[in-house]
Amino acid sequence: MITDAAPIVTARIGNPQSWTLQSYLDNGGYDGVRKALTMDPSEVQQEVLTANLLGRGGAGFEAGKKWGMLAKGETKYLVINGDESEPCTFKDHMLLEEDPHQIIEGTLICAYAIGASQAFIFVRGEFALGLERLSSAVNEAYAFGAIGRNILGSGFSIDLVVHPGAGAYICGEETALLESLEGKRGYPRDKPPWFPAVKGLYSAPTIVNNVETMSNLPWIVTNGGAAFAALGIGRSTGTRLFSVSGHVKRPANYEIEMAKHTFRDLIFDPKLGGGIRNDNQLKAFVPGGVSAPWFGPDQIDMALDQDAVGKAGSMLGSGSVIAMDDTTCMVRAAWRITRFFHRESCGQCTPCREGGGWLDKIMRRIELGQGRESDLDLLLDVCDNIAPGLGWPPQKTTICVLGPSIPSSITSGIKMFRDEFLVHIKDGRCPFA
Amino acid sequence: MPRLTAENLQRARQLIALYPQPRSALIPILHIVQEQDGWLTPDGMAHAGELLDIDPAEVYGTASFYDMFFTHPVGRHLVSVCTNLACLLNGADELLEHAEARLGVAPGGTTADGQFTLEEVECIAFCGAAPCLAVNWRFFGNIGNEDFDRLVDDLAAGRLADDVPPHGTLNRVRRRVGLSAAAPAPAEDTDAPAQARPS
Ligand SMILES: Cc1cc2nc3c(=O)[nH]c(=O)nc-3n(C[C@H](O)[C@H](O)[C@H](O)COP(=O)(O)O)c2cc1C
Ligand code: SF4
Ligand code: FES
Repeated sequence: MITDAAPIVTARIGNPQSWTLQSYLDNGGYDGVRKALTMDPSEVQQEVLTANLLGRGGAGFEAGKKWGMLAKGETKYLVINGDESEPCTFKDHMLLEEDPHQIIEGTLICAYAIGASQAFIFVRGEFALGLERLSSAVNEAYAFGAIGRNILGSGFSIDLVVHPGAGAYICGEETALLESLEGKRGYPRDKPPWFPAVKGLYSAPTIVNNVETMSNLPWIVTNGGAAFAALGIGRSTGTRLFSVSGHVKRPANYEIEMAKHTFRDLIFDPKLGGGIRNDNQLKAFVPGGVSAPWFGPDQIDMALDQDAVGKAGSMLGSGSVIAMDDTTCMVRAAWRITRFFHRESCGQCTPCREGGGWLDKIMRRIELGQGRESDLDLLLDVCDNIAPGLGWPPQKTTICVLGPSIPSSITSGIKMFRDEFLVHIKDGRCPFA
Repeated sequence: MPRLTAENLQRARQLIALYPQPRSALIPILHIVQEQDGWLTPDGMAHAGELLDIDPAEVYGTASFYDMFFTHPVGRHLVSVCTNLACLLNGADELLEHAEARLGVAPGGTTADGQFTLEEVECIAFCGAAPCLAVNWRFFGNIGNEDFDRLVDDLAAGRLADDVPPHGTLNRVRRRVGLSAAAPAPAEDTDAPAQARPS
């Protein structure tokens, strides 16, 4: 059963011209930031702490807590992550196109709360329409007086720049994003010692938050952090936007109350995923973006709760759930994910750069019927070199967590579908081809 | 030599002024170069470097990291077929195969008339409409073989010109607000001829 919690971040989507200032204002737009500007910045931070808003970009860190870690300094920056490139995640893309003013309003609230000198919204370069809608919205918001000098008569001034990326998955990682925003190659920075909150953009203290995280702020300020925390269960508060794709009948983004629903709801509820196409059997699903280890049908009743999924050895990650039915070749699926990581590795760390290449090569030959009997051991050995112990969350051997995420699909595949891998090798062909 | 036109030079200067440090404008300026010329011409990159006072090798080194930048000419229509997981599960490999046959080029290739460049790409965050593709980063979803053929015909005939600007044009909305009065372009820059794009 879907709870009847009203949507927060998608409330205006579907309104005619939902991306325009007029439509936004007609539906309560910019009321949140107006209210925030009458409060003390520390009170705004307190509301977000009370809300226990978890970051929606993948790591799920408490937004209010992160803001509290921001180092003191004359110059502080706010950078919004709209790079959304985790495969099969398509929620921020929708928010950018359908409700850009909500992102701007959230960004303004955050900028005020942390005392930012300037804000940047980094938009994945491929999102042409999103860039155009957001840029128009910035022009409108400026003319309206919500951005610029003395916004909405409050005495607070802030500029906001829409910055286009240029095509690189790794730039979603926050320190690679900052490098890219500085006009460089998107190489993640080693951290510790310096986290962005201490040393970020141009070495100044910087907060990086996701587009969906920002989109929750107007509602939180308007309705209060306690109202947000009343939704969901425990630490998983509010609502969350899930991207459901693959072999479901109704692939789309769905905003539902946190933790009160299960993967079964998401995949099978007639109002959500609607079940598996052709009424086939569900074979496996990816619970949180392709970096996440897979789950099988026996885990379908698990709650969409960040901590529960973490304890079960995977993650809700970017909020993308991918269903695979019984016609799916799991070797091919795992190979495609591996190929993605190999292609997107920035190349700084040997385990990621070389390991990804080896895994891609071995997976390729198994799928194409040239696998060897020793290949499964070899795969696991290479995986173990990248992420020693093959636990979850993976052990850190590299600068960022892209590398240690590479083994997820392969170790899941071998654990859950060992026989299918072996048939590929024994028969010298893909049984699904 | 295709340096930035006077108008684009003005845009570049305005971009530089938006950032606390000029180099942050490099990628946005490279998008302007690619919009003007269809790809990153050596002279366009050199001009970007001059504006930011960085070495051409630095410009190239940055540009070459990013998939959207082309340091060689590509077609007027960049057809980017996604084959990542959600699309794979919904027939993307078959779609890509069909696209290769229809356009007569392998991924990375450009048709002889310069109309189309085909590429295989990672997830374009349009998975709700898998299998899908982008043309010059305008998105088209639920693409079967016939849809693909119709799309190619429409593009070739110019019927989608409003929705799909030529390759390189990313954001058609100019920032109109909060711009510091960017200095007018000096004379030697203003008469740089606008280069016709390769077609
Ligand atoms: C390889 C990699 C890719 C990432 N991609 C994204 C992304 O596309 N969007 C995003 O918001 N966060 C992404 N992240 C997470 C960011 O590093 C960062 O945690 C996040 O933007 C913080 O925002 P939040 O606290 O609001 O979630 C990625 C992380 C890694 C390691
Ligand atoms: S783990 Fe991979 S992507 Fe991350 S910094 Fe190292 S090489 Fe680059
Ligand atoms: S997997 Fe193709 S658009 Fe996401």
